[in-house]
Amino acid sequence: MADGNLSMPASTPIKTTCPYCGTGCGVEATPSGKLVRVAGDPQHPTNAGRLCVKGSALGDTVVPQGRLLHPQLRDKQSPGQPLQRLSWDAALDHAAGELRRIIDTHGPESVAWYVSGQLLTEDYYVANKLVKGFVGTANIDTNSRLCMSSAVAGHKRAFGEDIVPVAYEDLDRCDLVVLVGSNTAWCHPILFQRMLRAREARPQMKIVVLDPRKTASTEMADLHLGLRAGSDVRLFNGLLAHLHRLGLTDAAFVERSTLGLDETLAAADRDASLADIAADCGLEVEALERFYALFAATERVITCFSMGVNQSSAGTDKVNSIINCHLLTGRIGKPGAGPFSLTGQPNAMGGREVGGLANMLASHMDLEREEHRELVQRFWQSPAIASRTGLKAVDLFKAIESGEIKAVWIMATNPVVSLPDADQVRRALDQCELVIVSDVMAETDTTAYAHLLLPAQGWGEKDGTVTNSERCISRQRAFVPPLGEARPDWWMLSEVARRWGHAAQFPYRAVHEIFDEHARLSAFENEGARYFDIGGLAGLDAHAYDALAPLRWPVPRTAADARHLQAFADGRFYHADGLARFVPTPARAPANAVDADYPLVLNTGRVRDHWHTMTRTGLSATLSSHIPEPFVELNPADAEAAGIAHGSLARVSTRWGSLVGRAVVADEHARGSLFVPIHWNAQFASDARVGALVNPVVDPVSGEPEFKHTPAKVEAFVPAWHGFILSRKPLAIRHLAWWTRVTGASFTRYELAGDATSLPWPEFGRVLLGASADADWLEYIDGAGGLYRAAHVVDGRIEAVLFVAPRPDLPSRNWLASLFAAGQLDDEARIGLLAGEPLAAGPDEGATICSCFGVGQKRIVAAIESGQADSVVKLGELLKCGTNCGSCVPELKKILSKTQAGAKAASTAS
Amino acid sequence: MNDIRPKLHLVVIGNGMAGMRTVEELLKFDPEQYSITVFGAEPHGNYNRILLSPVLAGEKTIGDIMLNDRAWYTDRGIQLHAGDPVVKIDRLRRIVTSKKGVDVPYDRLLIATGSKPFVIPVPGHQLPGVVAFRDIHDVEAMLETSRTHRRAVVIGGGLLGLECANGLARNGMEVTVVHVMDSLMERQLDKPAAALLQAALEARGLKFLMQAGTTEILGKDRVTGIRFKDGREVETDLVVMAAGIRPNIDLARSCGLHCERAIVVDDTLQTLSDPRIYAVGECVEHRKAVYGLVAPLWEQARVCAAHLAGLGHKRYPGSTVSTKLKVTGIDLFSAGDFIGDAETEDLVLRDPRRGVYKRIVVKGNTIVGAVLYGDVKDGPWYLDLMKNAVDIAPMRPKLLFGQRYCEAAIAPLAA
Repeated sequence: MADGNLSMPASTPIKTTCPYCGTGCGVEATPSGKLVRVAGDPQHPTNAGRLCVKGSALGDTVVPQGRLLHPQLRDKQSPGQPLQRLSWDAALDHAAGELRRIIDTHGPESVAWYVSGQLLTEDYYVANKLVKGFVGTANIDTNSRLCMSSAVAGHKRAFGEDIVPVAYEDLDRCDLVVLVGSNTAWCHPILFQRMLRAREARPQMKIVVLDPRKTASTEMADLHLGLRAGSDVRLFNGLLAHLHRLGLTDAAFVERSTLGLDETLAAADRDASLADIAADCGLEVEALERFYALFAATERVITCFSMGVNQSSAGTDKVNSIINCHLLTGRIGKPGAGPFSLTGQPNAMGGREVGGLANMLASHMDLEREEHRELVQRFWQSPAIASRTGLKAVDLFKAIESGEIKAVWIMATNPVVSLPDADQVRRALDQCELVIVSDVMAETDTTAYAHLLLPAQGWGEKDGTVTNSERCISRQRAFVPPLGEARPDWWMLSEVARRWGHAAQFPYRAVHEIFDEHARLSAFENEGARYFDIGGLAGLDAHAYDALAPLRWPVPRTAADARHLQAFADGRFYHADGLARFVPTPARAPANAVDADYPLVLNTGRVRDHWHTMTRTGLSATLSSHIPEPFVELNPADAEAAGIAHGSLARVSTRWGSLVGRAVVADEHARGSLFVPIHWNAQFASDARVGALVNPVVDPVSGEPEFKHTPAKVEAFVPAWHGFILSRKPLAIRHLAWWTRVTGASFTRYELAGDATSLPWPEFGRVLLGASADADWLEYIDGAGGLYRAAHVVDGRIEAVLFVAPRPDLPSRNWLASLFAAGQLDDEARIGLLAGEPLAAGPDEGATICSCFGVGQKRIVAAIESGQADSVVKLGELLKCGTNCGSCVPELKKILSKTQAGAKAASTAS
Repeated sequence: MNDIRPKLHLVVIGNGMAGMRTVEELLKFDPEQYSITVFGAEPHGNYNRILLSPVLAGEKTIGDIMLNDRAWYTDRGIQLHAGDPVVKIDRLRRIVTSKKGVDVPYDRLLIATGSKPFVIPVPGHQLPGVVAFRDIHDVEAMLETSRTHRRAVVIGGGLLGLECANGLARNGMEVTVVHVMDSLMERQLDKPAAALLQAALEARGLKFLMQAGTTEILGKDRVTGIRFKDGREVETDLVVMAAGIRPNIDLARSCGLHCERAIVVDDTLQTLSDPRIYAVGECVEHRKAVYGLVAPLWEQARVCAAHLAGLGHKRYPGSTVSTKLKVTGIDLFSAGDFIGDAETEDLVLRDPRRGVYKRIVVKGNTIVGAVLYGDVKDGPWYLDLMKNAVDIAPMRPKLLFGQRYCEAAIAPLAA
């Protein structure tokens, strides 16, 4: 474990930017002893002081637990050997030497980088420069490929450049927000709150959600279209034809600023009836008509789209089918209107700006365009420039497996978890000649395959800029000293470049120098040809850079007028001819259809309180309490057909892999589909890596995988026993049929299931909990009933408890968990240890709904049933729930309506 | 009210707890029906024999444990012959004769002769310094010895032997308990509970010799030691025989009443042989069972009294018994079939650091036995559940945690 510490004198708060979603909220961090207090930055234009649950809990993640502190090397000749610590010098010599040897032997296309939207713009810039200009390959791709590459491709096809034409303030002045494939309430909570506040201020504003799932976002929508998975293009093609039929075409704009409408209308099956479209999309025709009518009648409409659109084998077409509707009606480049890609990661946009994808160059320039290549190479004074598109994420790992790529440097991402067909990634890395991983955490599913591990700086240590969904550049600032020997990513890359003799081109001593170069490149011979231009930020010295306030690009050297800052306001686009393109998008089904063997559609996505592969949020007890376990959500009919009860375990299988999760049987979940969260992995569960199940099918244009549609089946997973452990110390839980680990406040929780029918429990229990034979050990045995419970007490305080039963209906963990914070156990609590509950039945809160104030479901229901609260506002006044980040408000609303409906039904019945 | 019925004469043989409780119950039903004569071997009124252990331990005095003094008998017109046991029953003439030669005729006879300690007939068992633990006289003898001598051996690691050993130790003696089995109180405790008990008693200074069969009590004028089968010898100044009790049925047998292990009675406590003769307490065998504990005795007394009163509305179905050890600071409780068999299931709770062990034996969905050690407050409740054959399935997971847990758990279901 870590030996570092985070002590730094507490002083004034340091302004920085949240490292989670693409909303890009401003954060004020105040280190205080070993803790870090965080609060929303009231001055940041994005959030004006608000933070969501994840952001509020950032302090929990700035901890030494699990950190990678020193460079380490694994001896390839003796597999299974532990990693050996080595100096940075030796580590960089090794990296530079081995990469050089492989490049010299097999050519520049034999090495690759796989980087991340978690990198800061400056890190990203240096990585891209090193690879494309100095190795001379475009084999650098990023996890943004899995996230919004379809949006990038759609933008480029339509606009000629990857430009997001909408700003957050447009949400305040639009009359209709259409959320497509986005559970904004959970994935971009602060943005969602902003939409709700806008609607509250102007009740004429409507929110429509298009999503196969019922989510926290659909709860708050004025209209929810639960369309069939993958039918988005059909729906938007229908909308395009409908708008055209109604005569809503902005003829002047289309004539002046666009090309391709006729072909596009032709490809849109323009004569299809609304009934046919509704049937194809699995919708009631009335609902479809309502949506079309609302869209048609509303001039100021913003269509927000996210992973439900992007992560598809037709993702780019989905994006363009949306953009087509905005182009047709001229609802783009105007206040309160336009298509709006909500990015997933904190710096997905920054990565796009520096050209971090395998098919981009730098500063929004194109790899395919010779004049761009020449320009960039001249600016970089580089010996080479990549001239053909590199391998995109999925293909990149296929090439590693085939041996075509022999070395890979993975930075700040966890592909063994996150890529589709993720077991293929394991196979690929397992036999790759050189795997370098730079990361913040020591143990991830990916670092397990590293030959060379390089300690990177985490949030709070690293320094640079990020760009959010609305093109707003914000500073991430350091506020704690780096742990161990953690170094900036740009420094590692530059040190390798220096070892290759490129010291002159990688002379950076501080991060502002990189930003300056990036800003200069954006303006270099630009002359308005590229919208991305931050030349106005070139030349910032260290002080000015550090003081940089959040601002939206473009920031040209000469002051831009208002029309320029509103992208496309002048009707000008960035294809060479200055025109936008309608893109024909004939509807097509997802690549793999369901069949008799795999009759269900597996959908994947985020939960509210976890982020990516949980390397950070998994450290927080607060964040781990909302949804503690990996789960499979499904409809009651599908559950019953498979013999799966709510709360039991279920195995989901596809042709690529399988996992086991807790069954969440929900009435509102669409029949024929399954939902599994993306977060859990081998560090947190035995068997919950959904990436292994996802079909490795990609969009032909963007290369983005189809995460939202894999044919699957589900069956009951019936172990011989279920159990859980709460332990003050982390335990080595292995060799069980199933387990998952949950971080608690001063304890770790393990949910378990085993397939051995007759275990010697008293002995095995001690082994599991690491208790010695003379430990203070309490136990409860009902052999015939299959129950075993044990508690380990040390110095009169709870150390660990183990509960085992044949069925999953084990006692609540909440009260037991509370004992870890308590002191000495009294006799009654000691008895209660094995009962799993206090004698005087204390307030069992039930599942935590409001993470900010720790308000549980039961307390909320009680407040409603008692008549004390009849609205979300009242609940907030009474219990404080929902009054901080507000991201639980949809759930509060749902509980409110369910509880009130229940009470009504009861009173009618009686 | 002026009762014109001629009074029947009831003779009670045995001035102990069972006989006197029956008389008390009878007087409650009808104080006028009988003229009553009571014979007792001991020269006292009636006292609570089960509290002799606290007397020995110095926690109570003889006065504390007296139930009915002589005035009580006088006030109720009961003729008491204390210190004068009955030696003969003439069933034909319906007359009993006492040792002192008193003849008393009866219409109804109640035999409550109890039991007598089992004295192992080894050489030396009649030496001075060898006593039983049955009555006030024994207790006084032991207390006397403890004032003049140092070492004691108690033969018998059952309920009585352990209470006795504890009492002697409390009086300053070095006490060794000799037990023929490998665990204490094997009739009431399973091995884990017995081990906890032994450890607790050892912590109080008692010594134990387990699996030790006594072959001889040594000494010339008085006991000086004790020898075992394996040749071991232990020096001692006092030997207490607490190796069990035997129903005291010599008198019943001699008058031809049918006896097996004890006097056989039916569900009304009438002897099988003679409808005028009833029997209660440790001297009776009912449905093959002979009881050595107090609770069945109370139940028998109530039924028997009802029948003597001519009411005939009660029947005795047998007793479900439970045991507690009267050693201050040691809580144990045992009831029913605590060993179990192939058809029973065990629920076990262990907290060795706190000295708590609980085991409930379940058959079908009812409790058939229980052993509690260290925390016995739910013992009576388990006994109730067992007696009433309550279906415990709904509360099974919480059963061992006690009544308050189970009732808290069941309440919401009922609501």
